[in-house]
Amino acid sequence: MSIRLTVLSVMEEVAAEQEKKLAALKDDTLLVNSGLDSLCFAIIVARLEDALGVDPFTASEEVYFPVTFADFVALYENAAAV
Amino acid sequence: MQPRFDLRSYARDAAREDGTGLCAPGRQVLWREAIEGTVLSGRRALLAGKSVLIGLSSQFDAALAMLELDGLVARMVITPPDFLGERMASAIEQAQVDVVICDDENKDFGVTVPRFVISPITRETEAAPPPIETQWVLPTSGTTGAPKLVAHRLDGLLGAVRPRAAAEPAPVWATFYDIRRYGGLQIFLRAATSGATLALTESDEPLSDHLARMAEAGVTHLSGTPSHWRRLLMNPGAPRIAPKYIRLSGEIADRAILDNLASFYPDARVVHAYASTEAGVGFEVTDGRAGFPASYLGGVGDVEMRVIDGSLRLRSRRTADRYVGRDDLRLADEDGFVDTDDLVEREGDRFYFKGRRAGTINIGGLKVHPEEVEQVINLHDGVRMSLVKPRRNPITGDLVIAQVMLKENEVSPERKRSLKDEILGLCKERLERHKIPISIEFVSSLAMSPGGKLLRGKA
Repeated sequence: MSIRLTVLSVMEEVAAEQEKKLAALKDDTLLVNSGLDSLCFAIIVARLEDALGVDPFTASEEVYFPVTFADFVALYENAAAV
Repeated sequence: MQPRFDLRSYARDAAREDGTGLCAPGRQVLWREAIEGTVLSGRRALLAGKSVLIGLSSQFDAALAMLELDGLVARMVITPPDFLGERMASAIEQAQVDVVICDDENKDFGVTVPRFVISPITRETEAAPPPIETQWVLPTSGTTGAPKLVAHRLDGLLGAVRPRAAAEPAPVWATFYDIRRYGGLQIFLRAATSGATLALTESDEPLSDHLARMAEAGVTHLSGTPSHWRRLLMNPGAPRIAPKYIRLSGEIADRAILDNLASFYPDARVVHAYASTEAGVGFEVTDGRAGFPASYLGGVGDVEMRVIDGSLRLRSRRTADRYVGRDDLRLADEDGFVDTDDLVEREGDRFYFKGRRAGTINIGGLKVHPEEVEQVINLHDGVRMSLVKPRRNPITGDLVIAQVMLKENEVSPERKRSLKDEILGLCKERLERHKIPISIEFVSSLAMSPGGKLLRGKA
């Protein structure tokens, strides 16, 4: 499964568990409009660390905080490419 | 005898300029109106000297209630809006609450208790009796699920608030905290006693709307936990505001968040502060780096610090007085130092925070005791015992995870899946969202100490 699909499926899984309605995610979808809150993102980052073996927020010295869905996916794609 | 000062007197002295006050979604009030107004509509005399709990859904209303009740009631228990059910009932009982101030006649407070529904603010006509000292009580999580009630005095809560110089322009404050938690209460008190405008949010307001209102109010000073600030940086509305002063507290401020804030808001002074409900405001770190200088152990202002067994201990007049209703619990040691349970480690000329002493978990500034979650998990018939612990997380600091030892040895994968769902279902029924474990791992054993206690290891 591609990193993008993994990210998407984890987001769907967490949204369902947390009883949140996940917006249709496109590259330019703002995370703030995704229907998920901070706790959801925290759980997603933990699950993705288990699935992909990387936490891009702590793996690198240069961290930025993603604003769009594409930013979020890119964080993982870039971390995997290192 | 010196006249006693209540919050209204401080606010009255500070409210110099016109136009400063409190605002919230769709509502605003000038400090002057708030000080001279009442939300109790003629029931002040009935409340004088009583033990009162503020159980309001709106922080704006809570601010007005705090302003009016300080100096009037003997005890004021301040609860955030998610504080409900059994915990609310326990707080009402422990604090021997006479009256709950609420905005909904039918709200469930877990026990039968007289309630006063708050009124819209009107100009007061009732004379206020001479002010008495009000005990300010804030609940924190306890190990048993019952909250611990932490008692403060107003002068202790105001201990870290420095008066504004006459020539200094009034800041415009906002906070991501709820003002009914210690970190937010500090900001409310700062604004009230310095005549600064405070832009409050309400729990149902989206961050984007809050940002728009902050931009409109021209917010100069903004406070929140590192988790709040991370959430802000992930919001496209973040460039709309231009704070001059950024304050982080309630969680470990790591290098990533400090550096990101400094580069995103280059004109802002980024300060992280150490404070807790029990220990009060400890100290501020203004050099933009994580951790704090080792020289702080020599004392910072009137706060004395010690590190014993790796944990930070503080002594000052800002610490809480005691736990209400629990004479068996001691808040400070014999020398008056409060053990914060926050572990620090020295690296060169600096101390860095290393997380909580095995015991409490900090999720975005909200404290969770593993025991309160374990008790819920252990309610399940199939569970022998459980161990709840933190998992580090870059968004919220920590998350809650659980290891569960079942009574049966041989359990099929299908049965495990349904057990997991049942356990999580129990947690959802009885715990706030952030306390629900994000993962449950079934284990065949859990390590015990020779004394028969779960070995929690260091967090």
